[in-house]
Amino acid sequence: MQAYLKLDHIDKAFSRGNATTEVLKDINLTIEKGEYVSIIGHSGCGKSTLLNIVAGLTGATNGGVLLENREVNSPGPDRAVVFQNHSLLPWLTVYENVKLGVDKVFSSTKTRAERDAWVMHNLNLVQMAHAKDKRPSEISGGMKQRVGIARALAMEPKVLLLDEPFGALDALTRAHLQDSVMALHQKLGNTILMITHDVDEAVLLSDRIVMMTNGPSARIGEVLEVPLARPRKRLELATNPGYLKCRQRVLEFLYERHRFVEAA
Amino acid sequence: MTMPAIKAEATAVAIPTASPTSAAPVVTMTPKQAPRAEKYVKMGKEIAVRVVPPLIVLALLMLFWELVCRRTGSTLPPPSRVFKDTKELILDPFFDNGGIDKGLFWHLSASLQRVAYGYSIAAIVGIALGTLVGQSVWAMRGLDPLFQVLRTIPPLAWLPLSLAAFRDGQPSAIFVIFITSVWPIIINTAVGIRNIPQDYRNVAAVVQLNPLEFFSKIMIPAAAPYIFTGLRIGIGLSWLAIVAAEMLIGGVGIGFFIWDAWNSSHISEIILALFYVGIIGFVLDRLIAGMAKIVTRGTALN
Repeated sequence: MQAYLKLDHIDKAFSRGNATTEVLKDINLTIEKGEYVSIIGHSGCGKSTLLNIVAGLTGATNGGVLLENREVNSPGPDRAVVFQNHSLLPWLTVYENVKLGVDKVFSSTKTRAERDAWVMHNLNLVQMAHAKDKRPSEISGGMKQRVGIARALAMEPKVLLLDEPFGALDALTRAHLQDSVMALHQKLGNTILMITHDVDEAVLLSDRIVMMTNGPSARIGEVLEVPLARPRKRLELATNPGYLKCRQRVLEFLYERHRFVEAA
Repeated sequence: MTMPAIKAEATAVAIPTASPTSAAPVVTMTPKQAPRAEKYVKMGKEIAVRVVPPLIVLALLMLFWELVCRRTGSTLPPPSRVFKDTKELILDPFFDNGGIDKGLFWHLSASLQRVAYGYSIAAIVGIALGTLVGQSVWAMRGLDPLFQVLRTIPPLAWLPLSLAAFRDGQPSAIFVIFITSVWPIIINTAVGIRNIPQDYRNVAAVVQLNPLEFFSKIMIPAAAPYIFTGLRIGIGLSWLAIVAAEMLIGGVGIGFFIWDAWNSSHISEIILALFYVGIIGFVLDRLIAGMAKIVTRGTALN
């Protein structure tokens, strides 16, 4: 079976002067089209570095990333990123922030009117069309992240990369946004790779959970299939034995077998 | 029992214009539809709060100056003398009797013109060089030490050299303005470019902006607050430098006007010119600050 996205023997080492720190060691992962995969691990295990390598923002020391059997090693809109701290440009309005990517990606394939409609379509998907003329400083953190998601979706990426997208949000907003992302995934069938440190979030959203060992030289410790039917409902899952079992497995991995030694 | 009654009366008398006691409940119930008159009163109060204190200080200073310089044998004229001596210059700034015998308007506009040329060139060159130094580590290593040395040279020290090079007063003065105001613009722009958050660079990389788009859509807006700090320092410095430079090159210009007044012992004219120089310097600074406010309205980090 052909993998859609393939992380092939990725090593990553940072060197400063003579000191070399190996962050990632021999990471192998294949992701099917339409699959939702989460990478979970303690902070400092290199999961964000891994996402940056897939995004092309950081180069791998060895190995590489294959998307539809072609190597990718520079950033591009086919692997759009939703950044942890939204990274909207504060001098542009919500609409302009989304349009920035749309204008570049569809400069030759869509007319001006079509691009405008496409921007609005994507803002509608995340229910942010009402704030299109606001600046990022005028909307809440959850809304900013929605716009960040719209900006990434609007580039029609082959893989959507989420870098702890809900990490900076309060619990209620986070739950709301997780439901939105689930609904979008259901509707659009995107291939999604998400970094998270939240066990519930990983189990709720993912088809597979990739658990990373602690760094340095972090590896993939275990990959867990989440055999829960979609669409998933947050409330129903709370008592679902399958959900609880998955949750238990991840917790055991993180807190028994690979406890975060530096955590005081 | 009589005391509270008197008290209430006293407060009512003390603030008769706004009568807040009767208006307050109305305002709290419909805060967005405050009566127009009240709005004007409020606006007037706000303006008064800003304008009255400096006016009082100014009046006191004038009084002090008048008292000190009124005595016979004082070296400087009191304000009343200054006004009497310079009345014609104040009332008719537009006369032109040929040569250097011109109204203050012409002197000031000549100076402003030089500043406009020199400063515009400095802004363009400064932002361009600042971007280069901020973006490229090698450019910074090569150029930054040079800038740090050159920027400490006093403006007037450049004047003889530029006179030797251009052999004319006008371009030399413009060059002095340029070389004075370019350093803060370069240095602040470079700092602004260097401080562009990695996030914005990542966004640009994912969207695949080309270098030109990156410059205009990310760099300039992101660094705008820093750039305008540099521009504001620059305009102040150029206005400082032009007066000094014009004293030496002669011809037309407010600096020369001051020097000429000194040579003819018209002390009152010097004082009037200083007043104008101060006001225009202030206006120039406000102008750049206002521009910065408009341009960077969205750039504040959130």
